[in-house]
Amino acid sequence: MKTLILIAIGSAIVNNVVLSQFLGICPFLGVSKKTETAAGMGGAVIFVIGIASFVTSLIYKFILMPTDTRYLQTIVFILVIAALVQFVEMFLKKSMPSLYESLGVYLPLITTNCAVLGVALTNVTKEYGILESVVNGLATAGGFFIAICIMAGIREKIEYNDIPKPFQGTAIVLITACLMSIAFMGFSGMI
Amino acid sequence: MNKYTERLVNGLIKENPTFVLMLGMCPTLAVTTSAMNGLGMGLSTTLVLVFSNLLISVFRKVIPDGVRMPAFIVIVASLVTVVEFLMKAYTPALAVQLGVYIPLIVVNCIILGRAESYASKNPVMPSVFDGIGMGLGFTFGLTCIGIIREILGAGQIFGVQVFSLDWFTPITIFVMAPGAFLVLAFLVAIMNIVREKMDAKGKPLAAPSGCLTGDCASCGQSAMCTGKKSE
Repeated sequence: MKTLILIAIGSAIVNNVVLSQFLGICPFLGVSKKTETAAGMGGAVIFVIGIASFVTSLIYKFILMPTDTRYLQTIVFILVIAALVQFVEMFLKKSMPSLYESLGVYLPLITTNCAVLGVALTNVTKEYGILESVVNGLATAGGFFIAICIMAGIREKIEYNDIPKPFQGTAIVLITACLMSIAFMGFSGMI
Repeated sequence: MNKYTERLVNGLIKENPTFVLMLGMCPTLAVTTSAMNGLGMGLSTTLVLVFSNLLISVFRKVIPDGVRMPAFIVIVASLVTVVEFLMKAYTPALAVQLGVYIPLIVVNCIILGRAESYASKNPVMPSVFDGIGMGLGFTFGLTCIGIIREILGAGQIFGVQVFSLDWFTPITIFVMAPGAFLVLAFLVAIMNIVREKMDAKGKPLAAPSGCLTGDCASCGQSAMCTGKKSE
């Protein structure tokens, strides 16, 4: 239990997926204009990474390990994730239309989000079991949710500020990310 | 200038993936803590890019259009696995430094982007040169950012002390995570100024098309999203 909590805090806050590992930068910069869309994106990422880390660790443990084909992990994981996202999308559309309404538009975007593949590979490198993998996945995605929501909140606040012309647009967002990253470094002594 | 040199110049300068197109920002931010890491990441991406362009161009008439993206991904992922094992065997220290970012070359938008927009439509030799040009352009970009961060953060270039520690206090933040965002922010701002100057001269640069603009349509992987957009 203690290790699980440590993994969760470590992945969500201390080694934040966006601010210290630079995974999932694209949606972090692209879909963070409004807090509502950011929360939707964050929710979809939690959903997909949770399922993906469960499925990939199952596949790793019960297919790749026994057949000694661990070297195929990158190929297998990316294909599984791509197929999984399509499947999840179809499933949600059919059986949970209300959830699909709120998350659906973001799901296709996540297929190629490097955070999903990154988490699957980290789980393998750190030799996590299935439960640990799922906890790590959910915590990492939770970290993404926190980061993208804070970013969207700040972007809404600074939207009408008088920013020097060359810094308008992406540059000021990156400066904001820099300051957020410095703030998150404060957590580094926690574990 | 024949079409091969044209492809090289295009990748290195006119459509430089880091400075002009702003593609592949995840590795750009993550691995440029030193010039050597930037160079290593750039060269391994180049290797994957050249061979993926080669293979995709060879098979471009065989691969059915409907399953083109999964086919490209399998090709790229296989090449990345090969490169990963080569690096683990011959440059183990660098492989440890780059860590999970080597397998993540698979989802680098430059590679699938070039496959989709160039290699799948053009003959083999131009595609190979396009891969070399784009790859070297990316390597150049990563190495430059790596040099800036290493000089400010440790006073070194490629591990050689250039600023004596007697008078230079390293600004350690530059080799840590926030430094990456800061350097990239200034790079984007400088490129905005350059872009404006070039526009005034009547020689506009190619539009940035990467993740930074939040424009998913230009991403080579958007086909995986079955062509849907977020908004």
